[in-house]
Amino acid sequence: MTPLKLAERILQLVPVLLGIAVIAFVMMALTPGDPVEIMLGDARSTPEQRDALRHDMGLDRPPLERFFVFLGNALSGDFGLSFFHRRPVMDVILERVPATVELTLAALFIALATAIPLGVLAAVRRNGWLDRAATIGSLLGVSLPGFWFGILLIMLFAVHLQVLPVSGRIGFGQEVPPVTRLLLIDSLIAGRLDSFAAALRHLIMPALTLGLAMGAILMRVTRTAMVEALAQDYIVFAEAKGLSRARILGRHALKNALIPTVTVAAIETGSLLGGNMIVETVFGWPGLGRLVVEAIFARNYPLVQAAVLLYAATYVMLNFAADLLYTALNPRVRL
Amino acid sequence: MSALPAHDALLSLRGLTTVFPTRHGEVRAADGVDLDVRPGECLGVVGESGSGKTVTFLSVLDLVRRPGRIEAGTIVFDGRDLRRLPPEALRAIRGRDIAMTMQDALTALNPAFTVGAQIAEVLEAHGRATGRSALDRAVQLLEQVGVPDPARRVGVYPHQLSGGLRQRAMIAAALACQPRLLIADEPTTALDVTIQAQVLDLIADMRQRLGMSVVLITHDLGIVAERCDRVVVMYAGQVVESGPTRQVIGAPAHPYTAGLLASMPRLNQTRAAIRPIEGQIPDPARLPPGCRFEPRCPRRRSECLQPVPMRDIVRAERAFGARAVRCVLAGAAP
Repeated sequence: MTPLKLAERILQLVPVLLGIAVIAFVMMALTPGDPVEIMLGDARSTPEQRDALRHDMGLDRPPLERFFVFLGNALSGDFGLSFFHRRPVMDVILERVPATVELTLAALFIALATAIPLGVLAAVRRNGWLDRAATIGSLLGVSLPGFWFGILLIMLFAVHLQVLPVSGRIGFGQEVPPVTRLLLIDSLIAGRLDSFAAALRHLIMPALTLGLAMGAILMRVTRTAMVEALAQDYIVFAEAKGLSRARILGRHALKNALIPTVTVAAIETGSLLGGNMIVETVFGWPGLGRLVVEAIFARNYPLVQAAVLLYAATYVMLNFAADLLYTALNPRVRL
Repeated sequence: MSALPAHDALLSLRGLTTVFPTRHGEVRAADGVDLDVRPGECLGVVGESGSGKTVTFLSVLDLVRRPGRIEAGTIVFDGRDLRRLPPEALRAIRGRDIAMTMQDALTALNPAFTVGAQIAEVLEAHGRATGRSALDRAVQLLEQVGVPDPARRVGVYPHQLSGGLRQRAMIAAALACQPRLLIADEPTTALDVTIQAQVLDLIADMRQRLGMSVVLITHDLGIVAERCDRVVVMYAGQVVESGPTRQVIGAPAHPYTAGLLASMPRLNQTRAAIRPIEGQIPDPARLPPGCRFEPRCPRRRSECLQPVPMRDIVRAERAFGARAVRCVLAGAAP
């Protein structure tokens, strides 16, 4: 990867983000509902109060003008004030990002830790009982909705067995000074093992809900790619060289099979980083997903627009990271 | 040929039968194959695609892909029956005592690893060298097989090499542990004509240097005529003729061998003189009950409808090595 190529990739972001900004703005403008009425409630406010607020938020100006004002401000890093919070949108969003990042990383870890070994074993023992069981398991994982599976977990572990907390990120009195804002890491930095345990206990169920669903998809991808890799001539040649079974599977086949797995994992991670609205709601997880849902219901235009732009940028950057990983896995690809 | 393994052979196959289940029943891809490879010799194994030559030698290393399996026969290498060895002992023989190269180095070398790593890992797998010293040895091996600038080539990926150099790199990996037998499966088929002779020269050169035996699997009788001491001709899973190359090519005893020779283009022949064999190789799931070549044979007769055994041909030249043929006409005047 040359610096020139890197610059090219970053420049590619510009038209993508511009397009996303237009689409987000138009969709919000076309959505019925008035933020002013939602905020004030029409029964309790006078028309004068509503007009004042509308003017204050700049909503009395024509849409096209509003769009260009938004665009101009956004270019200088100002995404405006959240209608609801009356604070800069970016501050509100960035507060919620660490919770979502922590949940996403945990889910990704669970997904990879289950999907890769199971996918490899299923491919090696193709049509055996393990392969069949994994197929059924992944079908369930893909098709069971998160809200249902999440509630099932809550009923079992929080209500019935009472071993895990129902919702939230950490208990009262267990907060730790923010450094990375990822609680598992910050609690270790602070040397608070009780906080670490509390954070972990809160994280397990939402991370399992997201991670097993993602793992189900990744398992299928890994299995298919492994089956294909194992059918290649280079596997026969590796066997003819007298290599051990472990080396043939773990290096010769897996390195090639991981290429599609990495792609799908990057796409899935991108969508999780946006915050999973359903799972965050079910588990009361204070992440980005819940924030955006609330913002959409409140017609909180600046927050929704900024969040959508952030999603788009994250997606593009993750795809870029996946491309970089590709070149490490597959030397035939040159960026 | 005797039913017992030959004492003087490095590799001796008797009755080797490898089957693949299909929708139309089991297919015998190799059917009762008997053959011997002697120390230091170059044995040519000739036949059309689907004649069972590659399957026979994949069976020797127990590399037949499932659901294919070896059903019967003995595979004696250096006095040991490979079929009775535990898997770990057989793995130790692969690449160390018996090496195999594949038809196309582009698909046989793993695209995700450097050429050097793929040579070095053979040394590591057999405890010959590790880490840095294995890579140094890989450079030497690349140099030995005639790869120019080996110190740089050791770090490149297979797709960055030309077809000829790739083939050489694959041969270097196969010969890393100085095996006693090299099975070269169609070593020139994937190459440009101009490179073919170079690769065959390299194999001949390495055979001499290492004193190893070579099995040259090919569909090209011309290569066999130039390069091999003895030849085994296979058709539809069976050996149909075997013997010293000169005798077999000079006076083929099986009509199929004769047909192969007649269908070979030669410089001193006009186009009209090339006579291809009529018909096609039979469907392995529906083989003729008698001689498998009978439906295509220009000299077929009623006896050919019964199964035909391999028979030794006793001739004056017997001192040059045994000749055997699977044909009712054997020994009869043509």
